Amino acid sequence: MRVFRKQDEMTVKKLVTYLVLGFVGLFMLLPFLWMLSTSVKPASDVFTSFENPIKAFVPRETQWRNFPRVYDTTRAMGGGFARWYLNSVLVAVVVTLGQVTTSACAAYAFARLRFPGRDKLFLGYLATMMIPGAVTMIPNFILMRKITEWLTVVAPMVDWDASRVVSVFGRTYDAGRLVGLDSYFALAVPAMFSAYGTFMLRQYFLSIPRDLEEAATIDGCGLFRIFTTIILPLSKPALATLTIFTFMGNWQSFYWPLIVLTQDSMKTLPLGLLSFMGLYSTQWSLLMAGSMMMILPMIIVFLVGQKWFISGIQLGALKG
Amino acid sequence: MAQTTRGRTALAGYLFLLPNLLGFLAFTLLPVLASLALSFYAWDLFTSPRFVGLHNFIALMRDRDFWYYAYNTVFLMLAIPVNILGSLLLAVVMNQKLRGIVVFRAMYFLPSIVAGVGTYLLWRWIYNPDYGLINTIIASWFPQWLSDGIRGLGVEWPPQWLTSVTWAKPALMFMSFWTVVGGYNMILYLAALQGVSPELYEAADIDGANAWQRFWAITWPMVSPTTFFVLTMSLIGGLQGGFEQAFVMTRGGPAGATTTISYYIYNHAFTWNHMGYAAAIAWVLFAVVFGVTLVNWRFGGRIVHY
Repeated sequence: MRVFRKQDEMTVKKLVTYLVLGFVGLFMLLPFLWMLSTSVKPASDVFTSFENPIKAFVPRETQWRNFPRVYDTTRAMGGGFARWYLNSVLVAVVVTLGQVTTSACAAYAFARLRFPGRDKLFLGYLATMMIPGAVTMIPNFILMRKITEWLTVVAPMVDWDASRVVSVFGRTYDAGRLVGLDSYFALAVPAMFSAYGTFMLRQYFLSIPRDLEEAATIDGCGLFRIFTTIILPLSKPALATLTIFTFMGNWQSFYWPLIVLTQDSMKTLPLGLLSFMGLYSTQWSLLMAGSMMMILPMIIVFLVGQKWFISGIQLGALKG
Repeated sequence: MAQTTRGRTALAGYLFLLPNLLGFLAFTLLPVLASLALSFYAWDLFTSPRFVGLHNFIALMRDRDFWYYAYNTVFLMLAIPVNILGSLLLAVVMNQKLRGIVVFRAMYFLPSIVAGVGTYLLWRWIYNPDYGLINTIIASWFPQWLSDGIRGLGVEWPPQWLTSVTWAKPALMFMSFWTVVGGYNMILYLAALQGVSPELYEAADIDGANAWQRFWAITWPMVSPTTFFVLTMSLIGGLQGGFEQAFVMTRGGPAGATTTISYYIYNHAFTWNHMGYAAAIAWVLFAVVFGVTLVNWRFGGRIVHY
């Protein structure tokens, strides 16, 4: 009798645990299910009172064409969803590549190379990590706002204020200014340098044993080759983590694009979605379909790179 | 020979650092200095900047709106301890050898991954007073006597959520709970719990401790460094936060009830072109963040068990 008791207790405990976990899981997923359910409803079904929430969840008619309709409805807004997707992907890829590259190079310098002023510079990097984004955002905005005026003084032969177009397969597309407000430059370049990324990679590089590099030096390897053939391959986990975090962060980036963009054609997805909401504020099925399309790539990246996420969070917390 | 090697290493060091350093100087260090200088000026971007000394800071201290938005910011931060405690409890439940735990972890983590304009729009719809998910649930499943009781207390019911001065802030706080409870903090707690030696719990079992006692006597002190870390980070984030969700969901309203300090900075800088005043608020915010962090590190050390 007593022998079984412990086992029964374990089973009950497991059952209760699963119940709790399942309940919390439902709480987490319910909003997403609501999003999915709304996104396939006909417009008339959205504004209907249902006698109970379960009926409200199950669409009476499933309208997958809401998704292509998001493209059609927004097309007049500077190209709409397709264009915003393109902008988001473009900016996120360029920023991620730039940030990982410049951070890795700087981190190598800080971790392995001796030069006058190194530690003071590193301290300066650390000190700025605590400064609220709003502090730097204001002068950076002013820079973007005024840079075309300043460049016109310096180099008057170029029309800095003009919006450019590019031709692809005989069709022309708006490409914004070269620099300043409403430019890809403003969207991408200021975001390409990260003190945090440098810090994180430096900590990781420091944990790599030096023996390999010493052996390579004796074999006559230069510093650049050591960097590319030893340090980088050994730091794949940290680089993968930084890549994923930077990409995701940029995909969701909102504040900076909001202040440097005015043209619909230059907008990234979060901004595009916002203007879409401004124009179609009651079309909840279309708005939810748009939101779904925006977050879906993130869910996929997350599911694929989950391992790097979890280890990355723990890596980031080591500074604490 | 040694001299030239050292010189070459130094040169290489500067070259490796250069791209990042240029960006750092141009988009971080110079802007920090520029905004500090700017906070002593009045500038609308059209006329030339006018030096006003400490006027911006003095005006800010007398600015009733600023204090109301500071109060809003602190009010919204009341969600932080609840969120952290929720993450810890969730981590405790998950810290067991169970099948499928990875699936649950992914589920819980999802909201914090996708948090942004997409989910803010979603919650705006969930909070719709007439057709939203929550009020549909309240209308059909909430007991009538309880609704009457709540109304009897003079509380608005069913809540009009984002359009109600009473309910807009709790609505944002509840959304933040959903967003962060299974996110970064929970992962950190899970890692911390996995570092707690099982022998401690076995010893407590032998002493006849119940679950409640085990939690307060072992778990809570053992994870206190993590609590300290996530609390510090959440406070820093909370003080600077609240702009995005308010901008998407409420535009800071109703009647400024969800405007935070960061939103106020946005309005002054980018809606009204008060560059100097906005820079002054940003620097005051920075000072507060710095102060809170400092106090945290000073006094946190005493209550944390390492």
